Amino acid sequence: MTSFARKKVFPHKLLSLFMLGVWLVMSNSLGFGQWLLGGFLAWAIPFFTQSFWPQSMVMNKPWLAIRFLLLVLWDIVVANAQVAVLIMGPRQKLQPAFMRIPLELKQDFTITLLANTISLTPGTVSVDLQMNEGYLLVHGLHVTDVDATIAEIKSRYERPLKEIFECSNP
Amino acid sequence: MSFLLEVIISLFLLLGALFALVGSLGLTRLQDFFMRLHGPTKATTLGVGGMIIGSIIYFSAGDNALSMHELLIALFLFITAPVSAHIVGKAALHRQIACEERTRNIPWQQNGDD
Repeated sequence: MTSFARKKVFPHKLLSLFMLGVWLVMSNSLGFGQWLLGGFLAWAIPFFTQSFWPQSMVMNKPWLAIRFLLLVLWDIVVANAQVAVLIMGPRQKLQPAFMRIPLELKQDFTITLLANTISLTPGTVSVDLQMNEGYLLVHGLHVTDVDATIAEIKSRYERPLKEIFECSNP
Repeated sequence: MSFLLEVIISLFLLLGALFALVGSLGLTRLQDFFMRLHGPTKATTLGVGGMIIGSIIYFSAGDNALSMHELLIALFLFITAPVSAHIVGKAALHRQIACEERTRNIPWQQNGDD
C-alpha cells in the first residue's frame, strides 16, 4: 500500500484472475490461443495501470466467498418473489423506512460490495454513503422492524464480507 | 431439440418476462419516488436472470457447446444497476423529493440538512 514507486510484476492477482475468467467467458471457448491472449491481457492491464489502484485486494477465505455468493443469489430469488407479492398487494399497507446502517468495513471496495449487495437483494436500496460518520443510508420498501432489519443485514452480509476481505489487514 | 427442453426454456423466458412486468408495474403502482426506485432493481435481477438462463440452455443445446457468455450480461448488470440506483437515490435525497408521510426516519427531517 505504501510503495507506489516500485512496480510489481503481479500487482493484483485477484483482478488478473477475474480478467482471465471474463476473457474466456466472453470469447466462449477454452482454446489454447484464448488462454494465451487472455493471460497476456490479464497480466498487462493491471501491470500498466497499477498506479491507479493503490489498494490491493486480498481474499482470505475463498470458500467463504463462494458460500457468500450462493447465499446472495438465493436471497435475490427469494426476495424477488416477496417484493413481487408486495408490489401487487395492497399498497396502503406498505411500511417504507430509511435505515442507517453503521459500517464496520473500512476498505472502499468492500463497502462498494456491501452497498451493491444491499441494492441487489430486493426490498432494500442503498441511497447514500456517509464515510465521515460511518454509515450507509438504506431505503426499505416494507420494513416492519427497523432494528431487526439492520441487525439482519449486518450479520448476513457485512460480517461475511469482513471475514473474506478485511480480517488480515485491520 | 426435444420438446421437454423447449418447455424448460419457455418457462425460464416467461419467468423472466413476468418479473420484468412486475418491476414495471411497480413503477406505476408505488406511491413515492423512493419506493418506485425498488421496481427497476427487480426487473434487472430476476427478470434479466431468467431470460439469460433460457438463452444459455437454448444456445448450449442448439450448438452442442456450452455457451456461457450470456453470464457476462448478468455480471455487468449486477455491477452497474445498483450504482445507478444509488446515484439516482442520492440525487433525490439531495433534492429532498417528497415521500410518503408514513415513511419512517426521513433523513432531512431528523437533523435539518443532511
